[in-house]
Amino acid sequence: MKFKFDIDSWQEIFMNITRNKSRSLLTAFGVFWGIFMLVALLGGGQGLQGLMKANFGGFATNSGIFWSQSTSIAYKGLPKIRPIYLEMKDVDRLRQIQGIEVASPVVRQQASSTSYETKSYGSVTIQGVEPSYARVEAPSLLYGRYLNDVDQNNYRKSCVIGYDIYKTLFHEGNDPCGHYIQVGGVYYQVIGVLKDKESNMNFGSRTGETIIIPLSVVQQVFNMGKRVHMISILAAKGYKLSDLEQPIKSTLKRAHNVHPDDTQAFNYFNAEAMFSMVDNLFKAIKMLTLLVGLGTLIAGVIGVSNITMVTVKERTTEIGIRRAIGATPGMIMRQIMAESIVLTSIAGMLGITFAVLILQMLEVGVSSSTGVNTPFQVSFWTAIGTVFVLAVLGLVAGLAPAYRAMSIKPIEAISDE
Amino acid sequence: MIHLKDINKTYHNGAPLHVLKGIDLDIEEGDFVSIMGSSGSGKSTLLNILGILDTFDSGVYTLNGVSMNNLSENKAAKYRNEKIGFIFQSFNLINFKNAVENVALPLFYQGVGRKKRNQLALAYLEKLGLKDWAHHMPNEMSGGQKQRVAIARALITNPDIILADEPTGALDSQTSKEVMQILKDLHGEGMTIVVVTHETGVATQADKIVHIKDGLIETIEDNTTKKNTPFGMDGYMK
Repeated sequence: MKFKFDIDSWQEIFMNITRNKSRSLLTAFGVFWGIFMLVALLGGGQGLQGLMKANFGGFATNSGIFWSQSTSIAYKGLPKIRPIYLEMKDVDRLRQIQGIEVASPVVRQQASSTSYETKSYGSVTIQGVEPSYARVEAPSLLYGRYLNDVDQNNYRKSCVIGYDIYKTLFHEGNDPCGHYIQVGGVYYQVIGVLKDKESNMNFGSRTGETIIIPLSVVQQVFNMGKRVHMISILAAKGYKLSDLEQPIKSTLKRAHNVHPDDTQAFNYFNAEAMFSMVDNLFKAIKMLTLLVGLGTLIAGVIGVSNITMVTVKERTTEIGIRRAIGATPGMIMRQIMAESIVLTSIAGMLGITFAVLILQMLEVGVSSSTGVNTPFQVSFWTAIGTVFVLAVLGLVAGLAPAYRAMSIKPIEAISDE
Repeated sequence: MIHLKDINKTYHNGAPLHVLKGIDLDIEEGDFVSIMGSSGSGKSTLLNILGILDTFDSGVYTLNGVSMNNLSENKAAKYRNEKIGFIFQSFNLINFKNAVENVALPLFYQGVGRKKRNQLALAYLEKLGLKDWAHHMPNEMSGGQKQRVAIARALITNPDIILADEPTGALDSQTSKEVMQILKDLHGEGMTIVVVTHETGVATQADKIVHIKDGLIETIEDNTTKKNTPFGMDGYMK
């Protein structure tokens, strides 16, 4: 005796589901809501993470910046409070330390005026960097290119300008590369424009009103000699920036005759620590969303199981008749299971579809209002995974009622009039 | 065809109830047998055992040379499907399926294709004069029509034997007569039929009347001449 799964089986499943519409609907809603919550929360968490990450845009996660202040402990006959200045030599010293991938000097100056032809922009921040700085903070450019070694070595007066400056001095949509702008009395050729709102993380100034100029040029123009303000560090693979803090600080202290216990002389900002904090936060959020989503889903599935159980009880006679005319227990079981799986699947698919729709709206909405491309949408494989979870849960939901239906003896059902 | 030897059955719902106390019965192919007895005599239990709907504690039961002792659920289902056609007092149609679907259901469990089994179901319904009612739901039909649908369902697998449990119990005298006539016609075509009833009028339509009392066969009465029929050949006592 074979058991064919033909059109009748489907008809029967749908007939049973639709026979008590309001009940099926309410049950299905439980699963629908569960899966919707799960997918929406997963997508929402991911989107939030994306938004947050966008704040660090382009910044290497395993990086940090060191700068110098004043000493606080008298040492080797030197006074207690003594300003410390970083130099190019310090950069070379740091480059000797194992575990440092990139050590790149940064200087910062203010220019009170900036102008192009008749238009002018107020005061701007000049950031002098070497091309290697791009490895610590990857620039995203709207036009042109970033600084290169030729700019640095040949003292070329070239600059990359921030978006706000570009917007004020040039017509939006026009490529300003090749034009000369005047910054603090000196003319620089524009070679690139930074994108808008790409990063909210910066040191001391807004990216939009920053002008990036080769370090060598800034040192020369502002008569700084070999002095640098900050040294940015990128840790090599396998090293954590936090682990490099000690060797870097002691190297600098030795070079500048600073007491080993002096905590004020050198300071640093650790992006890695901040990233790991945010990362941990999002791991926790992810756990929470999974917990809440799965919890809701399981509650819905238990609802399906419950209703199917009641249905089986109501259908005792019908099942008895089927058994009397030749249905095996297995056939009855499969029928009940199929009903449960179909109900869960339909409700779940609707839930996924609805959640994906909402997430898409969120993604489009947030992207257009903040200008940041945030990934709210769940990936294809997350969706597939959810469908799989759904099928398994449907199966589990049908298990208990199906087992009960299987154990119905035809004689009990038929004598039950 | 059917051979029963010392069948015993005890129910254990609270106090043990010894329902069948050693039944010996032989039913030959083409027999039309009625089993009579008062309520609680064990006649329905006997029919349920004959139909493999219920198990028995001891004894031997062979159906068409096949032993029915200690069957697995799957085997029992298979034999019920292939060898036995049931007719019940309360019809036991599935009320959300129309007549054709009800009749075709046993074939569905045999794995017969949809088109073929519906064709066959329609043929049987036509034979029983229900062609116009083929696509009606059970709740749109009269008791007699429902019972005829049930008979068509019993016949569709071409079983070895038809077991009827109070087939006229829920019908008025006119439809009872019609239903019994159908059974008699089937018998005329060579079908083996066993009817359980407490109505003398129904029982006396059979060729052989088995009287059951307190779990034992009291007498087996030969009724081929229908001489016991209280109201003559066509009389029914309701």
